[in-house]
Amino acid sequence: MLLFIEQCLNGLQFGLLLFLLAAGLTLVFGIMDLVNLAHGSLYMLGAYFAATFAAWTDSFVLGALLALGATLVVGMALEVVALRRLYGRDHLDHVLGTFGLILFFNELVRLVWGPAGLSLSLPMWFIYPVEILPGLFYPTYRIAIIVTALLVALFLYILVMRTRLGMLIRAGASNREMTGALGVNINLLYTLVFGLGAALAGLAGLMQAPILTVQIGMGENILILAFVVIIIGGIGSIRGAFIAAVLVGLIDTIGRAFLPDLLRLVLTSRGASTVAPAMSSMMIYLLMAIVLVLRPEGLFPVSSK
Amino acid sequence: MTAALTPRNVVIAVLMLLLAAVPVYAAVTANNFLVTLFTRVLILGMAATSLNLILGYGGMVSFGHAVYLGIGGYAVGILAFEGATSGFVQWPLAILVSALFALVVGALSLRTRGVYFIMITLAFAQLVYYFGVGLDRYGADDGLTIRTRSQFAGLLNLSDRAQFYYLCLALLVVTIYLIARLVNSRFGMVIQGARSNDRRMRAIGFPTFRYRLTAFVIAGAVCGLAGALLANHTGFISPATMHWTRSGDLIVMVVLGGMGSSFGPLIGAVALLSLEEALPVLIRVAASPLFGDAALRMAEYWQIVLGPLFLLVVLFARGGIDGLLAGARRG
Amino acid sequence: MKRLLMGTVALVALGAAPAWAQQPVKIGFVSTFSGPTAVIGNDMRNSFELALDHLGRKMAGKPVEVIYEDDQQKPEVGVQKSQKLVESDKVDFVIGYIWSNVLLASLKPVVDSQTFLISANAGPSQIAGEQCSPFFFSTSWQNDQTPQAMGTYMSQKGVKTAFLIGPNYAAGKDMLTGVRTTFKGQVVSEELTKWPDQLDFSTELSKVRAARPEAVFVFYPGAAGVQFLTQYAQSGLKGQIPLYTAFTIDAITLPLQKDLALGVPGAQEWVNDLPNDANKKFVADFRAKHKNYPSFYGAQSYDAANFVNSAVVAVNGDLSKKDAMRAEMRKANYASVRGPYKYGNNHFPIQNFYLQDVVKDAESNFTLKTVTTIVKDSQDQFHDKCPMKW
Repeated sequence: MLLFIEQCLNGLQFGLLLFLLAAGLTLVFGIMDLVNLAHGSLYMLGAYFAATFAAWTDSFVLGALLALGATLVVGMALEVVALRRLYGRDHLDHVLGTFGLILFFNELVRLVWGPAGLSLSLPMWFIYPVEILPGLFYPTYRIAIIVTALLVALFLYILVMRTRLGMLIRAGASNREMTGALGVNINLLYTLVFGLGAALAGLAGLMQAPILTVQIGMGENILILAFVVIIIGGIGSIRGAFIAAVLVGLIDTIGRAFLPDLLRLVLTSRGASTVAPAMSSMMIYLLMAIVLVLRPEGLFPVSSK
Repeated sequence: MTAALTPRNVVIAVLMLLLAAVPVYAAVTANNFLVTLFTRVLILGMAATSLNLILGYGGMVSFGHAVYLGIGGYAVGILAFEGATSGFVQWPLAILVSALFALVVGALSLRTRGVYFIMITLAFAQLVYYFGVGLDRYGADDGLTIRTRSQFAGLLNLSDRAQFYYLCLALLVVTIYLIARLVNSRFGMVIQGARSNDRRMRAIGFPTFRYRLTAFVIAGAVCGLAGALLANHTGFISPATMHWTRSGDLIVMVVLGGMGSSFGPLIGAVALLSLEEALPVLIRVAASPLFGDAALRMAEYWQIVLGPLFLLVVLFARGGIDGLLAGARRG
Repeated sequence: MKRLLMGTVALVALGAAPAWAQQPVKIGFVSTFSGPTAVIGNDMRNSFELALDHLGRKMAGKPVEVIYEDDQQKPEVGVQKSQKLVESDKVDFVIGYIWSNVLLASLKPVVDSQTFLISANAGPSQIAGEQCSPFFFSTSWQNDQTPQAMGTYMSQKGVKTAFLIGPNYAAGKDMLTGVRTTFKGQVVSEELTKWPDQLDFSTELSKVRAARPEAVFVFYPGAAGVQFLTQYAQSGLKGQIPLYTAFTIDAITLPLQKDLALGVPGAQEWVNDLPNDANKKFVADFRAKHKNYPSFYGAQSYDAANFVNSAVVAVNGDLSKKDAMRAEMRKANYASVRGPYKYGNNHFPIQNFYLQDVVKDAESNFTLKTVTTIVKDSQDQFHDKCPMKW
């Protein structure tokens, strides 16, 4: 029972990280209608910046804040210089163009930071577990991830639902031309939104960094999962991204945790070990396929233009 | 349709002549590797041409097309592993299984549009990819070595490099021809019409779903055959062939070469594979005068040039290379 | 007249000899030089280059030319590059291969062209068994051997129950099988994780905590090894349940793992402090040039260069004498940095395995140290399946 709760917490933590990544993706997609495959590269940059700044300032928190700022700047620069020209184009053009950007960023990172990857260490008090329930130990840092991500989700909710900027974002998502016609500086809005998405991706990247290494190409695999999340959740919907991300995180983790044991009832131990990881990977894509077949617009579609 | 002496037609004609001459040139210069390299170009060109039917003409952006390369390849690999090395059994099966899978995926996916279609084709591709990863008996993630090439009862010897090359070339030409005919027929008109305005086509009375599904199945089947060829060529098949980034490579070939044109995908395949070989050399040669020995290391970062190149093509050369040659801009 | 003839012949011979001697020994080196594991390829390249420098960049008087090719950690790319090396560049030897799956894919084209393939790392069981080839030699080990040594050590330490974790690909499975072969206690559970995607081991670590084994054995090469150790510490298991490893802690990952690797033993056929002269020179010169310690990947590459040299020297540079070269190679007649060893019938080494532990050196860098010899003259268990006899 305790194991199950621990796995649920793991799933929640993974799901929340996915949410951070997916939130930026769905915002950019929903508002600017831009398919950004390079979102994973921003995630990677967040991690690299955090590792570098933390090493310079000798402080994890300071390094993280600086990295957030740096990723925000890079994101906005990217939008202004390159991605802005892709608005209004075919999704295929987006895919191709941003696919090329993935290659570019991977090589750029290799050029600047070398091929070996970096590491980001945590202050000691972050590493050790706390006993959150009798007999159940959970690492402090992962609790911090859960709390931070939930706070960010709350912040996004307030931003989108309760501020003027959020209102503009929602307006831009439902009807771009009208919003522009009303005199809002659409260019600035888009750049800010993209920057926000980049910062969210960078936050996800840097939060993961201490528990995983910082390496080239780290964004590619999780990027696909983020796309799965926003498709299930509904493009442009942050609420959908939240629910879908937690769902995907839980399924993936619980699947990986308990599927081998289930399969061992029918297969050999080796067979179960081989089939189980493949099956749990397949489950998420199966879920997405089912959602798309039954509800093609996702679980919480945003009414679109 | 008269063949005018436009720059584009001249380039295509020259390209085909050069491709036909590769084994001869290789024999003369005793450089067998050229044949190996260009066989791969031909096979991937065939795969890209099949993708062009649904992507370029049909507007269906399938991000899971590489999966058929895998299905065709595994059909050959698994049968060879189990002792059935006859090409007469392997290749039809490769085509059949690919067609069936395309039927299922298409039936489920073609109800969606735009990015949803992209993602659902990706989902199915990842499903097959992970299924391949779970195939313990057939090497799983490590792949399967194919010890003997497909046997054709003495009619063809696929181990003979030149013979295999010309077989691939013949199949490629047949593919291009068939797809061109298909596109210029009523079938093709419906597909293209459905791409620009599906509702109107249906209003006129065409069951567009059926047409698009048929195109999807044909594309999958042809790509499955390309997969069988690829497995024979490399003597090896693994799930990596089906990874989503390989589907991305195919899309790049189609767009780079020119969507919606008969020879575009082949040109794209030639261009992309040439770039992969040539860019490192170009960088090394260009940087040597300035950086000396360091130029060798610099050449390893060639993807830093390739990446933005895709973006530039998207922004400024929408019709791909074929579009540049034809002088027209496609919308 | 006779003297004139003799003089002419001598002149011609002198004129011809240098031309023949100048034909270089061409070597193709296939490894990973891009992506996160490029650092391993670089270590191998640096070590190989160092060996060539030590040889004066000549073998039997002939200059050595090396072509490095990047397999991008993909079997498909590896086989393509290997084909290019033998067909286009017409190399005399192909060396390298970090990954078992890349090697398995690339074997056939190389040996079919009768070119020698020297593996400086990967050692899949298939090539030790049914697929053994007279043109294949290993200067590393067979995948199962190293974990077998660790299994023996765990039994020696009286471990009664163990939990095994590794990545789900050929080498990963070989590793866990290897431990099972020699570990006398009970394996309570075995977990194979997605490779190379899965880098978060919280699920598996939770299971370890629930299962309460006496020890955990783990195999995670490269960056995954860094992640595993980090998470092992973060989960609180470090210090509670001892960890035993193979190929998870090496000179490349250690600078990133730092304190987390202290007290975690590993098994290896080579550690940088093995007390033979060749090794001392190798490590000292490597550190002088590159600051870090070389890894076992590098040591195996260094050996491969000297191994090939011994064969070239034995035939006096006449590389067409493949049988004679093979005969010499089978003797393992060169100064290996792991000390002397022999070859089994399948051309895999019969060698010692040592226990390595992590310590801090005089300059406070983390490094590895030999603690003891776990097993002497270990031979892989697949050599019976190889039909070669000599």
